[in-house]
Amino acid sequence: MQDRALSCEPLVRSNRLAARYPGASVPAISSITFAVEAGQRVALLGPNGGGKSTLFRVITGELAPSSGELELGVGHSALVPQSERSRLDYPVSALDVALMGSVSRLPWWRRPSRADRALASESLRRVGLEDEANTTFGELSGGQRQRVLVARALVQDSPLLLLDEPFAGIDAPSAELLAALFDQLAAEGRGLLMATHDIEQARSWDLVLCCNRVQIAFGDPAQVLTREVIERTYGSSLVPLPGDESLAITPPHHHHHFEADR
Amino acid sequence: MIEWLLEPLSEPIVARSLAELALLGLVSGTLGCWIVLAGRSYSAESLAHSMLPGLVGAALLGLPLVLGGAIGLAVGASLIALVGRIKVLSSEIAVSVVITSLFGAGVLLGLAPATPAGLGGILFGDLLAVGFGEIALAAGYAAIVLAILFVLHQGLLATGFDRLNAKALGRSPAQLDLVLALLLAGATLVAVQALGNLLVVAMLIGPAASARLLTQRIGPMMMVAVAIAWVASLAGLYASYHAELAAGAAVTCALVVAFAAALLIRSLRELLASDTRRRSRGAQSRGLRLRSRRA
Repeated sequence: MQDRALSCEPLVRSNRLAARYPGASVPAISSITFAVEAGQRVALLGPNGGGKSTLFRVITGELAPSSGELELGVGHSALVPQSERSRLDYPVSALDVALMGSVSRLPWWRRPSRADRALASESLRRVGLEDEANTTFGELSGGQRQRVLVARALVQDSPLLLLDEPFAGIDAPSAELLAALFDQLAAEGRGLLMATHDIEQARSWDLVLCCNRVQIAFGDPAQVLTREVIERTYGSSLVPLPGDESLAITPPHHHHHFEADR
Repeated sequence: MIEWLLEPLSEPIVARSLAELALLGLVSGTLGCWIVLAGRSYSAESLAHSMLPGLVGAALLGLPLVLGGAIGLAVGASLIALVGRIKVLSSEIAVSVVITSLFGAGVLLGLAPATPAGLGGILFGDLLAVGFGEIALAAGYAAIVLAILFVLHQGLLATGFDRLNAKALGRSPAQLDLVLALLLAGATLVAVQALGNLLVVAMLIGPAASARLLTQRIGPMMMVAVAIAWVASLAGLYASYHAELAAGAAVTCALVVAFAAALLIRSLRELLASDTRRRSRGAQSRGLRLRSRRA
């Protein structure tokens, strides 16, 4: 593990955490025991409906744990949702969307200050979109929209970032830029928890949490990501690539929605 | 020409109507934008119609219309909430069943022999009968709406944009929905005397719907909506004065004309934009061909 992650209070820690949607008979997730420390990049692997979004909802406080413990060291987190689900017909610029992050830090009667606006511009610059600040959000490319949502999370100024499949369906330049940005944010001491389907990418992160309604494994990807763990995480949707030791996940054909997690 | 323009305004009746419409335009131009962006235009219309029995009841009993309207709104909203709990029906079906029932009941009451003649006044309002009391009420209400929308602006914007994750930003969509619904109900009540139960919706939704077609940001959208409300009010009143048309109906027609004009402007703009894009794409591909020939 990198030395920057040593000896810190975790930004988030859970112990045998379970959560259930209202009216559901079985928990959407259970037995989740993991921690994200400052400076750590943690990949969250799991199939659609495996509870990735549910875990995010519990961490953001939208859904209460039904059993077990969840401790937020900092008290708040910033969520970067999938850009596919955002409204494209809304009359806002990229800068307006970034500035929405300030809402989470302000009481309901306060309007964003000049400092908040400066932070929004600065966050857009960090995601490489300073030239698109005044472009209407719906006119940006998918990758650019995803970067604007990352900028919004930066404006929330939380040490814990929850990334919901940030690389899903985005162009290569945006993906490179985002990957570099995530490394940089971790180096600054932020904790990152990223839901993903990309096992190869998960291998390059500090820790991996495998989850298919229950926790399958948590730890160093080099030790954790065995064939057995991956198969248990993804069920039978695993195919060996011919002439290759690596494994491919058959991609899900439908888009993944919050509802699908219920 | 100048006389043609100034003469109506020297009439106190017309001047008062214009003042009332200007204040209602401030409310509808700002509040209406949030209603339109939230896709709640149908609910707004339903809400307005559900208070008809209350209005007619007030006329029957000789009570103030505002009181009857408020009771009608409360009954309508409760019924919609109640019928909405029937799981087999979608909420839209629930709303339309309740609204048509209430509206029908209102018309039945209104046509009963005991009711003083005036169903027309309740349905279409009596713009030219607006007095200083109504204007004061509209002014007070406009101040309240503008203040609340100013304070809540960022929260409304963030929640409307990303409703699913609004809670992660610390805002409750349900609470903001409630605030908008209450402000809308209040606006309907305040405007109903002047514009009537049927035409009030045109004023609340029309300017914002037209402005949405012409603008790409919320601030300009609100300003354009208020401007459209004002211009349509003025145009409607002139038409009413010079052509002896019903004032409320003339204003509503002017709002519809404004919407049609906005639609036309938007289509022309899109046509122009796609034409420019096609040309620049043509130029780009020519450039590519040139480069590939050089390579």
